[in-house]
Amino acid sequence: MMTKLYLSLKYGAILIWSAFVIAPFLWALTTSFKTASGVTGGPTYIPWLQYEPSLSGWRSLFSSGAGGIDVVKPYIDSVIVTGCASLISIVLGCLAAYGLSRFTYRAGFVKNTDLVFFFVSQRIMPPIVLAIPFFLMLKWLGLLDSKIGLIFVYVALLLPIAVWILVDFFNGIPREIDEMAILDGCTPFEAFRRVILPNSLAGIVVAGMFCLIFGWNDFFFAFTLTFTDTQLLPVAVVALNSSVTPWWSLSASALISVAPLLLIAFVVERFLSHGTLAGAIR
Amino acid sequence: MSLQLHDIGLVVEGVAHLDNIEVEFERGRLTTVLGRTLAGKTTLMRSIAGLQRLDRGTVQVDGRDYSRLPTWQRDIAMVYQQFINYPHLNVYENVAFPLRRKNLSEETIRQRVDAVLEKVGLSAFERRRPSQLSGGQQQRVALARALARESDILLLDEPLVNLDFKLREQLRSELRSLLTQQQHTIMIYNTTEPVEAMLLGDTVVVMHDGRVLQIGTPARVFDYPASRAVAQVVNDPPMSFIEGRKTDTGLELTRSVTVPLPPHLRDLANGNYRFGIRANELRLGGSTLQGRVTFSEVSGSETFLYLDAPTGPLALQIEGVHVLEEGRNVGIEIPADRLFAFELDAGERLLAAPATGAAS
Repeated sequence: MMTKLYLSLKYGAILIWSAFVIAPFLWALTTSFKTASGVTGGPTYIPWLQYEPSLSGWRSLFSSGAGGIDVVKPYIDSVIVTGCASLISIVLGCLAAYGLSRFTYRAGFVKNTDLVFFFVSQRIMPPIVLAIPFFLMLKWLGLLDSKIGLIFVYVALLLPIAVWILVDFFNGIPREIDEMAILDGCTPFEAFRRVILPNSLAGIVVAGMFCLIFGWNDFFFAFTLTFTDTQLLPVAVVALNSSVTPWWSLSASALISVAPLLLIAFVVERFLSHGTLAGAIR
Repeated sequence: MSLQLHDIGLVVEGVAHLDNIEVEFERGRLTTVLGRTLAGKTTLMRSIAGLQRLDRGTVQVDGRDYSRLPTWQRDIAMVYQQFINYPHLNVYENVAFPLRRKNLSEETIRQRVDAVLEKVGLSAFERRRPSQLSGGQQQRVALARALARESDILLLDEPLVNLDFKLREQLRSELRSLLTQQQHTIMIYNTTEPVEAMLLGDTVVVMHDGRVLQIGTPARVFDYPASRAVAQVVNDPPMSFIEGRKTDTGLELTRSVTVPLPPHLRDLANGNYRFGIRANELRLGGSTLQGRVTFSEVSGSETFLYLDAPTGPLALQIEGVHVLEEGRNVGIEIPADRLFAFELDAGERLLAAPATGAAS
């Protein structure tokens, strides 16, 4: 009896939460197939019965004429910038985190924990504080409105997240394992590469996901540091919004913006549930 | 052909972790380092392996100075007290790992790994991950990896301490036969258990508070503990100590308790000493002394008794199962011919020991 009640409560809660999470997506999905009249004609949900579906919202994403924007180039730019920045952050983050986890640094009163905090603290201040310094720095470097410039900035923003997650993860791996590898003939770097990295896949994947999500979703820096040559997806989507809000185009672009993250989530979930990563360390 | 430690010293935050260590470990011999927790055994091992930076001293192998050699070039195999294996590799690859670092041929690696897995009885588990094995099996993998390397120096840091009692006994005897086959290896084995040191070691090094107190064969160290500290480390259950005075005719253990002078103490000058007696040599039922039971515990077919006596606390180990409730008064007999005599000065050196042979 108890278990039945518990189960129905559990599934009820899960259902309500799922509906709450999925509703905006369903709304965006139906809206993306509507026309102006379909959107303003009251709440309708079922295509063909309640409204006449149209592909104009989706078509507008691939045309650069009036009322539409070409979303392909911003998409590619976003993939390149986010991908590169995440990759660099993970590589540097692994090295930094391993160092902070395993070696003792001492510069006066500055110790390892202070260094970790120094990394994390960069995420404590509001990003807007950084906008002007970043703008001036990129201007001085001649990297304003360029993908490379944005990658630099994103690495600065993502590295703290990567270091923070990975330090914690490396701390969870017994030091004796590194020592054993070194006793077995590995140099410290080999021990890191051959033993620590393979045992940290789960942490690296998690950190990588955070980097991709934060990078992909950034609007603020993409907006302030680029103008015409480089335009990332979030900026392009917002640029759709003119005097008349094209809900159908907005919905369609929102959906394709979310798509890559959704895909990654699916892949990683598969990967994790297969036990390749889970329980690597007893 | 040996491993020599010379003048090893390490001070951390004002506390001497290793103090003036001079030891020579020989090839083909198993040396146990016996000492309590925090005696410096592990630190000493880590110094040999190069995992611990030293303040002073040199580590030499066959005359070659290892002090400046990084750990990965020293070719030293080690087994930790925790079961340390590579979680991402299966048993076979775990054992093959150090061999691959030596760039051996796949053929040689297979032969060596197969042979050593056979020895430790894990041939059937080649494809398993360490996490899928029991504690005893995990430690066998670690041992197999250390043996497969065929390195000159094998360090075993309390390898059995995290196993349950039964398994520990079993693995200990396996270990003994495995290690006696290593004719050319310098083997060092850390332990807190005197029994283990006596069973395994060709030589015992007794450590206490970062210092080496005595080096000798197990029998020698057991029969002639150089000082009271050694006697404390090598006796489990502990040796009991009684402060007393030697006169021309007897030993005054307290004002009212005097025992006749045993022959082996006859040469001592008259004066005050600290006498020691092993737990298994004190006997119940005598009339020498009265004591009150403070704690008793039955372990297998033996009973351990802790008593409060006028001479101070006493520990007894008696055959058979005896139920003696706490607070009860019992008579104790102190066989004077089994007494060790230590000086009362700071060094607490051994001055006289009972005749050997009778001791078990």
